[in-house]
Amino acid sequence: MLLIKNGRVVDPATKTDAALDVLLDGEKIKEVGLAGKISAPQNAEVFDASGLIVAPGFIDLHVHLREPGQESSETIETGTRAAARGGFTAVCCMPNTKPVNDNASVTRFILDRAKVAGSVRVWPIGAASVGSKGEAIAEIAAMKKAGIVGVSDDGRPIATARLARQVMDYCRSLDLPVIEHAEDVSLATGAVMREGVTSTRLGLRGMPAAAESVCVARDVQLAELTGARLHIAHLSAKASLEQVRWAKSRGLRVSCEVTPHHFTLIDEDVTYDSRFKMNPPLAAREDREALLAGLADGSVDAIATDHAPHEPALKDVEFDRAPFGILGFETALALALEQLVGSGRLSLMRMVELFTAGPGRVLGMERKIAAGQPADLTIFSTNYAWTYHVKESPSRSRNSPFDGRAFKGAAVATIVGGRVVHRH
Amino acid sequence: MSYNFRDLLALEPLTADELGFLLDQSKPFQEIQKHPLKKLATLRGKTVALAFFETSTRTRISFGAAASRLGADSMNLQAEASSLKKGETLLDTVFNLNAMKPDCLVMRHAASGAANYVAQHLDIPVVNAGDGTHEHPSQGLLDALTIRNRLGTIKNLNVTILGDILHSRVARSNIHLLGKFGCKFTLCGPAMWVPGELEKIALGTAIRCVYRIEEALEGADVIMMLRVQTERLNDPPLSANDYILLYQLNAERLRRASSKAIVLHPGPMNRGIEITPEVADGPQSCVLEQVTNGVAVRMAILYLLISGATETDTHPALEVKPKESANASD
Repeated sequence: MLLIKNGRVVDPATKTDAALDVLLDGEKIKEVGLAGKISAPQNAEVFDASGLIVAPGFIDLHVHLREPGQESSETIETGTRAAARGGFTAVCCMPNTKPVNDNASVTRFILDRAKVAGSVRVWPIGAASVGSKGEAIAEIAAMKKAGIVGVSDDGRPIATARLARQVMDYCRSLDLPVIEHAEDVSLATGAVMREGVTSTRLGLRGMPAAAESVCVARDVQLAELTGARLHIAHLSAKASLEQVRWAKSRGLRVSCEVTPHHFTLIDEDVTYDSRFKMNPPLAAREDREALLAGLADGSVDAIATDHAPHEPALKDVEFDRAPFGILGFETALALALEQLVGSGRLSLMRMVELFTAGPGRVLGMERKIAAGQPADLTIFSTNYAWTYHVKESPSRSRNSPFDGRAFKGAAVATIVGGRVVHRH
Repeated sequence: MSYNFRDLLALEPLTADELGFLLDQSKPFQEIQKHPLKKLATLRGKTVALAFFETSTRTRISFGAAASRLGADSMNLQAEASSLKKGETLLDTVFNLNAMKPDCLVMRHAASGAANYVAQHLDIPVVNAGDGTHEHPSQGLLDALTIRNRLGTIKNLNVTILGDILHSRVARSNIHLLGKFGCKFTLCGPAMWVPGELEKIALGTAIRCVYRIEEALEGADVIMMLRVQTERLNDPPLSANDYILLYQLNAERLRRASSKAIVLHPGPMNRGIEITPEVADGPQSCVLEQVTNGVAVRMAILYLLISGATETDTHPALEVKPKESANASD
């Protein structure tokens, strides 16, 4: 047993913000009680959480663990160790591995590897179409039986409106969310960053915000047509957020996530340094403002990292040639504390919701700190001063634009199923 | 004044003083081009590596001639003949060249920022001879030198640039150079090649985008043509006929500009598309002077970067004054 004492429990699912003790017994929470009122058994370990926040386990809806197939960039072992350091207790890995996770045997492989080598829970996302090629629908029911929690052709959009409609129909019947990488690829051809003054000045090919919002508009209308659960991944544009708001106002089951890099950085930060290259690209100043407003007012449902490791040999090349994507696990919480809470835009409760209950709802599961619930907890400090040195990361890759940045606040302990998988 | 940078990657970060110094240092080299004997010994024993990862004829030959006239040797790498096709990275290719111990690397590459990227990894000077759609610094300098020769100044001129500005590294280098001398820019071409964002790429420089050539030419002192890249014309946006109809520079349209206006073109020209032969070969055209001046500008660039010379050094192209005899006072 593990008794977590003297912490400040912040749990949006139960609207709790109070000094409580939490007793864990094996994989479950046994008891939650007023500080000092739980009498722990003799043999219980005690974790003193004085001055720390005790939150439900953080869930990352959008990550790339690169296994199988690209183990030189990341593995389930190294990726989940980095996730644990960042305070995440569960991560949803996208299917664009080699081979693509478009069938139950790949799903089972990932889950088996996670059981053996994973530090945190791994919840796979299955491909929507075979090979994510946008032609035939993948064996979604078999993958669901094996353990996927959603479908996506991430890395690209579901290729056509017709297929997206069919996948949505099918997934509604299977009660799975369809997670969309929204991009009109014809508007983004050859582009390496967001179109604007900066792309024009640097001579880098830009994609307009409409490359994303045109596809979001398509998909929310298909969500209305089908009644499916639609989740927009890594939403970056103001116009896309307006589409999501429209859908929500009509009562559609549409949700969205925003990444820490999109609520922190903008296109003006881009240089020829490929660590600033990701897709969707860093957006305009006004988009970031809109995302911050959406994170505060509830239009955005979750913070997701889009952790996208690429080994140095792939990423350290000319900007045009570098693959899209950056690391995300270890800086997400600190960036959220700095940009959202520290700036006074969001309460701590709302920020925790974006890491816990919000993504939980997208997946159709409730996570809360209550007796009988899984013992997944993220214990963090809001003021611990540290500097992110990417060379110290357990990740196999080094592609972070935040290397060397000083932060306040970090995960102090990550507990998964009653086991402390990260302790700072 | 001196040129304090190790590399020449872009004109945007340079000050007016630094740009003026580069132009002043080019002038004596212009004189050299008129001599029957054009070779100096200034950089004897030095080696310039020319790495052109994108096809080029005149810029490569011009840098080669500049190196040779300074007495330097050059090593040539052309993309077709390189190991890039065998999968070697840009950085590995450049490291291999560098291992042959050149004193300077001149490079052209199709990726914007490629020269910046390489320069971060090399300890010898890097000269950007064109990176993607970003900058072409030596072209900007030779254009400015040509304008100064013809009009006597590069200050406060009305400069009109015609064509595919969005994809032009020449336009960007010209804007960043001439803008620092108070020139005002009018950019004109088909709307998809002249996005409004261009008006904000150089803070402090007046830039406007217009879409009628007649308006663009009104009162212009300098007209810069850009090569219409026929591969882009063939891309869905536009037909050649439409381009000619709307944007071809012909004698009649040229009359709207200042009577002393000059016409520049970085080449290669598509006669009959963006420019009529009448204008290209007319008295206002500076096209061949640009090419001649290109060698002088590139001599100045190589000389300054390799030798690290400053204003106080005697310019190698100026005749060395006969020294007084050591015992003249006897």
